[in-house]
Amino acid sequence: MAALLRIWGLVVKELVSLLKEPRTRFVIVGPPIIQLMVFGYAGTFDLSHAPFALYNEDRSAPSRELAARFEGSPAFAEVARLGNDAEMARVLSERRALMVLHIGRTFSRDILRGRSATVQVVVDGRNSNTALLALGYAGAIMTDFNQQWTGDHGGPRAPAVLQMRARYNPNLESRWFIVPGIVALLTMVVTLVVTALSVARERELGTFDQLLVTPLRPAEILLGKMVPGLVIGFVEASFISAMAVVWFQVPLVGSLGALALGLVLYTLSVIGVGLAVSSLAVTQQQALLGAFLFLVPAITLSGFATPITNMPWLVQELTLLNPMRYFLLVVRGVFLEGAGVAVLLPQFWPMAVMALATLAGAAWMFRRRLY
Amino acid sequence: MSAGAPPGVAPQAPALILEDVSKQFVAGGRVVQALDGVSAQIRRASVTGLIGPDGAGKTTLMRLVAGLLLPQRGRITALGIDVLKEPLKAHEVLGYMPQRFGLYEDLSVQENLDLYADLHGVPRQARPQRYAELLAMTGLALFTRRLAGRLSGGMKQKLGLACVLVRPPGLLLLDEPTVGVDPLSRRELWKIVYRLVEETQTTVLLSTAYLDEAERCDEVILIHEGRVLGQGPPRDFSARLHGRSFVVTAPAVSTRHLQERLAAAPGVLDAIAQGDRVRVVSEEGAGLGEVRRAVADAAGVSVAPVAARFEDAFVVMLSERATPAKAPRPVAEHENAAGAGGAQRPGVIAVHNLSRRFGDFYAVRRISFTVGRGEIFGLLGANGAGKSTTFRMLCGLLPASEGTLEVAGVNLRHAAARARQRIGYMAQRFSLYGNLTVAENLRFFARAYGLSGAVRRERLAWALEEFELGPFADATSAELPLGFKQRLALAAALMHRPEILFLDEPTSGVDPLGRREFWRRINALAEEGVTVLVTTHIMEEAEYCDRLVIMAAGEILAEGSPQALKARFKTADNPEPSVEDAFVALVAAGSGVGEAADAA
Repeated sequence: MAALLRIWGLVVKELVSLLKEPRTRFVIVGPPIIQLMVFGYAGTFDLSHAPFALYNEDRSAPSRELAARFEGSPAFAEVARLGNDAEMARVLSERRALMVLHIGRTFSRDILRGRSATVQVVVDGRNSNTALLALGYAGAIMTDFNQQWTGDHGGPRAPAVLQMRARYNPNLESRWFIVPGIVALLTMVVTLVVTALSVARERELGTFDQLLVTPLRPAEILLGKMVPGLVIGFVEASFISAMAVVWFQVPLVGSLGALALGLVLYTLSVIGVGLAVSSLAVTQQQALLGAFLFLVPAITLSGFATPITNMPWLVQELTLLNPMRYFLLVVRGVFLEGAGVAVLLPQFWPMAVMALATLAGAAWMFRRRLY
Repeated sequence: MSAGAPPGVAPQAPALILEDVSKQFVAGGRVVQALDGVSAQIRRASVTGLIGPDGAGKTTLMRLVAGLLLPQRGRITALGIDVLKEPLKAHEVLGYMPQRFGLYEDLSVQENLDLYADLHGVPRQARPQRYAELLAMTGLALFTRRLAGRLSGGMKQKLGLACVLVRPPGLLLLDEPTVGVDPLSRRELWKIVYRLVEETQTTVLLSTAYLDEAERCDEVILIHEGRVLGQGPPRDFSARLHGRSFVVTAPAVSTRHLQERLAAAPGVLDAIAQGDRVRVVSEEGAGLGEVRRAVADAAGVSVAPVAARFEDAFVVMLSERATPAKAPRPVAEHENAAGAGGAQRPGVIAVHNLSRRFGDFYAVRRISFTVGRGEIFGLLGANGAGKSTTFRMLCGLLPASEGTLEVAGVNLRHAAARARQRIGYMAQRFSLYGNLTVAENLRFFARAYGLSGAVRRERLAWALEEFELGPFADATSAELPLGFKQRLALAAALMHRPEILFLDEPTSGVDPLGRREFWRRINALAEEGVTVLVTTHIMEEAEYCDRLVIMAAGEILAEGSPQALKARFKTADNPEPSVEDAFVALVAAGSGVGEAADAA
């Protein structure tokens, strides 16, 4: 009872001083909103209004129809019409266009004779990612055009047509993929920073000794430092999830209970890391540096932006130690797949183990560094 | 090395002229009048002390003269140069050493000197001779290759001074140069300052919180709340109090009790314990008669007039302005009240052969002492003497390497929460949560000590009332003046009515009035049976202790009551030695300790 009261006192003190300090208040409130907007709007793999230049040497009805398909696509916007080969190189090198659509002189002649005609697409490969996306879109437009053409002109039908259906994200909107990931990302950033600073701040300000001579036991101090991190992480994640649904219109079809359970396990494992960093650091600056030392690889190796399956074998094994990897599967599972607790058990238990391990590690380092 | 007087200025002209200088700061939406119409003149080739309580505006004035701040109003002329109009020209002739001088701790003594010589553009061919002079003067010649960060507090200050003097200034500004410096080093710093004035006609303006240092100045300027209260030779101040200072002894009454009686008596402005005697300053118009009447009922009382000190004058001038502090009321109610059960449990704190090693270095070596219930026990020593290490071991913050220690029968390091419930702790620099309000701080400590509900509310109300913190209850504690921070720290340590109180440098930086008030509270606590263990490097505070140990280089040099310690150093030249005299003599006698050990 007395211990609970002491811990409660510490929790109240932590929360009040966190929310009072303009700096920490900003860390909790500012970056989440900014990053949510930045990632939500800018962080997308979809191509939209990519500038392209048209070099049409054919000037016939079929070629104009093809060009119109590009112009009409929301992915592309025509910025120039070219008259010769030299201009083609120039618009690309000057970055005026991402892609040039070159329809050769023989295009309509070939196509009307029922032969296969060639269209050249030249992309700026300096950003390979965008280039591939542009090629993908261009390919899709071409396929569409072919099918339509053969249908209208009674040519031989394609023997098999690939019918693509994307489950969980029928229109393959990358926002649906990214925004739930932000829940994991920002919860990690905020919880880690808040807990990493907590013990280091006391040490830097000289209040740590004062705390140690009170009846508070080391375990109680850690618990009192843990709870505010958990509260802040949970509120933060709930807010971002709500924003994802209300603002970004990402469907949330799964079980909220599963999301909450995953969130608690995830936050606890991050708090363990934060407190371990804090126990080692002497100043707040060191603590912040230490937190980022963990943060950057954790995000890179989580599957937040790049798929884990693309990574080399050893790195893939390494991601198994990353709590964010599991929680990303949980959020995306709950948001898009409608997953429940049972389905997500394989993600829950590693996070639970990691939470236990990091918190025990933090407690050990805390005791060791006390004196 | 002339004083650098620009041509056309008569040598008799004052070195520094302040005319109606005012400076305001805006802090947290409030306007703080740091200086209010300050006018003063400082004679050439003299040492002038800037004396005032904490927050009086001393540092602001120093920074204005150094040209680092601009006043809202007024004129400052240093050595004939208008500091406000020509700050760069003034910088050429001014030397300024701020409270925390910018030594580069990762550079050696020599590298620091080189750096400042470069910064001040001292010509290369002049350097060897200048360095030799400075190193000889400061006694740092043996340590040129040591990193500045590894010097003792006193040596750091001397190096700071050497860096300022690397290009001889005409006017030297020293902001609290002796704070946190042990008595030996303080004496040495003063010698350096006087040599400078005599040999090079330098003018020195220095601020200090030590009132005994005021008596070493040629002149003092007393400032309070941004105004000049007076200027003149220190003896002029004390002369005004002629016939108002006395010492009272009463063998039948405990000194602490006698001091409390006298402090509360009408006609008495100030009463402080000095070993087995109480020093009293009477109110204007009151004299020997009034003082004698206050203690007439005690047996064997003697009241004798003594010469007034500068400190008496200071306290009188300030207390005439300040609202008198109330006599403290009971703080703790223990099962056995004052002294009743004291005899049965003689050793509340017992230390036996205690050592603490860091690698090969013994910070504390085989010390032993015991502290009885209701005793005020002092750990005295210079920085690095091992008193903080001892203190931290007693509080359970640091494990002992060897030996045993018990506080209230247990070693706090392994003690259950219940044992820690019985101690109160006040950390150095009054470590509180700066961004929390006064009430939030108190509430936190109350909860940390397991107080809840009505008890907590009652204790909170008590703390706010007793320490006069009520008006500041919702103020952020970082914004409090230092004296109030100290009160808050003590209040926080007393929320749970501890039996044992640990105080680490509890009055450092606090002015004499605040110190008196603080000790009055501590005395009252001790009277109620609270055991107090206190560390301090302010030697005069030793007088408040029942018993004390003097530490140097990790060992106990002497143990006993302040009277007994002083009695050992009574000589024909010095019939009434102070604790500081005893300390200096002890350290000087113990060869291989102090600065000498530091050199090893």
